[in-house]
Amino acid sequence: MPDLMQFNSDDTRGFLAILPEILMTILVLIVIYMDLFLPASRRKSVGYMAGVGMLVIGGLAWLLVPSDGLKVSQQLVLGGMVRSDDLAKIFKVMVALVGGLTCLMGMGDNRLRYKGEFYALIIIATMGASLLSSAADLVMVFISLETLSISLYVLSGFVRRPETPDPAQEAFASRSAESGLKYFLFGAFTSAFLLYGLSLLYGFSGGHTNIYRIGQALATGDQDKAPIILALMMVAVGFGFKISAVPFHFWTPDVYEGAPTPVTSFISVVSKAASFAVLTRFLLAVFPPEQLISVPVDQYKELSQIWVQLLSILAVITMTLGNIVALSQRNIKRLIAYSSIAQAGYTLMGVAAIATTKSGDGAAAVAYYMFMYVFTNTLFFASIILFTNATGSETIADMAGLSRRNPWLAMGITIALLSLAGIPPTAGFVGKFLLFRAAVDSGLTWLAIIGVLNSIIALYYYLVVIKVIYVDRGPDDEKPIDMPAPYGFVMAVSTVAVVLLGTFLISPIVDWATEAGLDLFRL
Amino acid sequence: METQFSGILTGILAFPFVAAIIILFINKEQKEVIRTIAAFATGASLILAALVFFTYDTEAARTANAGLIDSGSGLLTFQFVDKVTWIKELGVSYQLGVDGLAAPMVLLTGLASFAGVMISWGIEDRVREFMAFFLLLVAGVYGVFLSTDIFLLLFFYELAIFPMYFLIAGWGWVELREYASMKLTLYILIGSVIALVGILVLYFEAGSFFTENPNLLPATSESAYSFDFNHIQIAAQQGAFAEADYLGLGDGVTIARFWFPFIFLGFAVLAGIFPFHNWSPDGHVAAPTAVSMIHAGVLMKLGALTAIRLGVQLLPDGARVHLPWIIFLALVNVVYGAFIAFRQRDFKYVIGFSSVSHMGLVSLGVATMNTTGMTGAGLQMFSHGVMTALFFSCVGMVYDRAHTRDIPSLGGFIKKMPLVAIAFVIGGLVSMGMPGLSGFVAEFPIFIGVWRGIPDAIISLSPTKLTEGGANYYGFIAIAAALGIILTAAYVLRVVGQVFFGEFDEEKFPDITPIRIQDRVAIYMLTVWLIVLGVYPKIMSDMIESAVQPVVGLLTGSK
Repeated sequence: MPDLMQFNSDDTRGFLAILPEILMTILVLIVIYMDLFLPASRRKSVGYMAGVGMLVIGGLAWLLVPSDGLKVSQQLVLGGMVRSDDLAKIFKVMVALVGGLTCLMGMGDNRLRYKGEFYALIIIATMGASLLSSAADLVMVFISLETLSISLYVLSGFVRRPETPDPAQEAFASRSAESGLKYFLFGAFTSAFLLYGLSLLYGFSGGHTNIYRIGQALATGDQDKAPIILALMMVAVGFGFKISAVPFHFWTPDVYEGAPTPVTSFISVVSKAASFAVLTRFLLAVFPPEQLISVPVDQYKELSQIWVQLLSILAVITMTLGNIVALSQRNIKRLIAYSSIAQAGYTLMGVAAIATTKSGDGAAAVAYYMFMYVFTNTLFFASIILFTNATGSETIADMAGLSRRNPWLAMGITIALLSLAGIPPTAGFVGKFLLFRAAVDSGLTWLAIIGVLNSIIALYYYLVVIKVIYVDRGPDDEKPIDMPAPYGFVMAVSTVAVVLLGTFLISPIVDWATEAGLDLFRL
Repeated sequence: METQFSGILTGILAFPFVAAIIILFINKEQKEVIRTIAAFATGASLILAALVFFTYDTEAARTANAGLIDSGSGLLTFQFVDKVTWIKELGVSYQLGVDGLAAPMVLLTGLASFAGVMISWGIEDRVREFMAFFLLLVAGVYGVFLSTDIFLLLFFYELAIFPMYFLIAGWGWVELREYASMKLTLYILIGSVIALVGILVLYFEAGSFFTENPNLLPATSESAYSFDFNHIQIAAQQGAFAEADYLGLGDGVTIARFWFPFIFLGFAVLAGIFPFHNWSPDGHVAAPTAVSMIHAGVLMKLGALTAIRLGVQLLPDGARVHLPWIIFLALVNVVYGAFIAFRQRDFKYVIGFSSVSHMGLVSLGVATMNTTGMTGAGLQMFSHGVMTALFFSCVGMVYDRAHTRDIPSLGGFIKKMPLVAIAFVIGGLVSMGMPGLSGFVAEFPIFIGVWRGIPDAIISLSPTKLTEGGANYYGFIAIAAALGIILTAAYVLRVVGQVFFGEFDEEKFPDITPIRIQDRVAIYMLTVWLIVLGVYPKIMSDMIESAVQPVVGLLTGSK
């Protein structure tokens, strides 16, 4: 069906569109090679290679990946497998940078530091995430999603039983194994749903695999609405798992708690960001609102309203449940797991606002929110690793007196928490502001009000943590915690990013995100 | 958008901000250096603030506003404008300016912050963090008073709340600080985020209004969507928020009428309006002295000023409908606050509840919706700010030496701390409204304003006029509120009598040291203003009146 959607056959553009992924593949090979052949004394450089390499790839992606506001048909490259637009680009840059920071973070964890395969797996997962954010074909969506997921299953269960008996390490190892298995079982289960949903869409659209073609075919075709809604539900289960939306969130606290902290950080940012990118693109392409139907027809099926309602409800449940359960957490990693569920709820609000705003405000808000969220969470987890290394504990109560032990660490955690809570001058304020703005703009004012009230609940438990750090006195108040070099770097970069994104860099990133949003609304 | 930059206001904002960052990088043992930097930064801002206050051109503002009132658009004109585009996509710009209401508030912030640093000279625990957060708080407060872009205003509003939490939780009174700081933060932020949703609704309504009527778009605006205060105000005057049957709620409900209570009360939470005042006495009592001063002295005015700006000025039609019932809340504030203050045994709680009562007078003045009352409200904001800052510094000095705030067990402190006693008595006289001091100058117009009332008070969403037949209940409110003044006299005299006069117990308080030189500076600095304003109110009243008149013009206008 040639009239549905043409593809661009420009090979250079196709090459540049997946340049970050190609470079990541090369980097994986280099890292594995170094791990195999370097003497043990110089193993440390593996981590630096991976981390700095990824940061460089992030920079190259920003410079080279094409984004020029063309029509959809000109942006669909490589036989329609990927779309090279601003949305893809902003997420590619984001995941590459954060993947690099995660590698550097892993260098501070004793159990991961000298394991080359840790870095290799992180890079492979990032590559999956990067592809996922530009995927425009059912096959590509599924393959990249699984590349990301399978690497993460392995990474969550990465901590092995120590060779010398050590009860503390064994406890860590068994929790890590449990989390890996749990993540895998949940993941495999929901992947099956997703795959079934995709296959239904393939059938209903009359044999298309490109999501834009499917969308046009579904909207203008003469199928019943009911089975399409069924397919939508199945897809929602698959993506809902990845972004840990309620009720597909049960794995989140256990995996966050059990996985090694750098991996937790990675799951909470890269995996979530890429999943939001694909969710945004997928829903808008496959179940398009009226203005995105290219073929002039008398009758078309309005499918976007259905997922707007579905996502609004999911957003309310997700943020409310996440926040309320977070109130009673004692373990900092579980707290942040529930908080990240709530954050997914806020972001879903932005996704729900996409279809009804013609300006792409919703997509812009999602892109900006994820951009600031990845840096915020990275900062938070980097601080937590340092804290755990020093105290051997993950309970909030043990953070007492942290501000006296290392004021910079205390400030890092505080800035991260304030950003999550949406307090200026951190980036979270602007992120939340954009989300609420998008919701109000698309007539979802009630959703915005539930959102702001939720943000107050969240503020309470964040403030409790901050209070423990600054006000409470601990037994080890006088013992300073020192900060090793890779951490200093990760924390400095992400702190500066969080503060700049909330002040001087708002304008360029918001402009970029708005471009990304507009791209989704060009035919 | 044309870029304007005079730099003075940016300077006011920059000094505390930059100093806060510098302080973070100083070795924490160099306490004296840290204190000096903080004093220098707040002092420099104070000088600039005084410069703004004294060179504010009231005549120019009056002439400009007069022209605008006649043309049916009661816009405020801002002076000392700094204007740079910030986030173009959202229509946000970095835009500072002062009008006749904000200029006194900026001066007040300067006075209270400098005095606050002086009073905090004796703090020894984590001076670096304390001063950095304090300066951040001061910068946030300045930011709110100076912003003429609503996004920027909200940005600073939330920025100011957070250091507050820190300062109270970290350095406050041990028994109450965790509870009080959390309560304060949650109360204020719940109010502000609900108001934020309302603001967003106005932003989009204004945007779509200008998109439909591009010929009405003001020349200063680049796009239809903008957070510029004037932009949204012009939309309001052109009737963008006047569409009837909003959300299908009936003919009487417009956007302005629906959202006014959320926006006005959302910000008035910070001004301590009943029944959302509960955070304030606890917060005042739990906070360390300097923070109580900023908190009661300045922060509560932030709520009042923002409620006037974003509530009354943007939604005059909503104000006309809702203020006639909100005045009852203000009345409760005045009388109930004073009554509770009278019943307190804790010295600091007396002052805490007196703030609730006095801020009620501000709301009362705003709710009169006439020039006299609103000018009084503006004067009361300044007068109360200075007075409360003075009160709290006196309480702090007594408490630091006596280690108790229980009123019955104190006594005779005038013998040991004569200056503090005299300052407190002057503050007390101000708070009673004694002629010749600033309290009288502020409260008298408020009462006149209430007594005059408004000719057509409407008390429900349906346009039924309560006052038909001449029954204006505002007169009753004036009489009832006067009761609050009598109670004020009672509690002030009680505190003065029991704390400062009577027998001094040498055994109970053996080591009453004399106050520091910095404390003296703070006391003199604040007291002078109470007297100057009382003797020569014109220095401020004309300025405030010039800003209030266009607002009243809006409220009595046809639309």
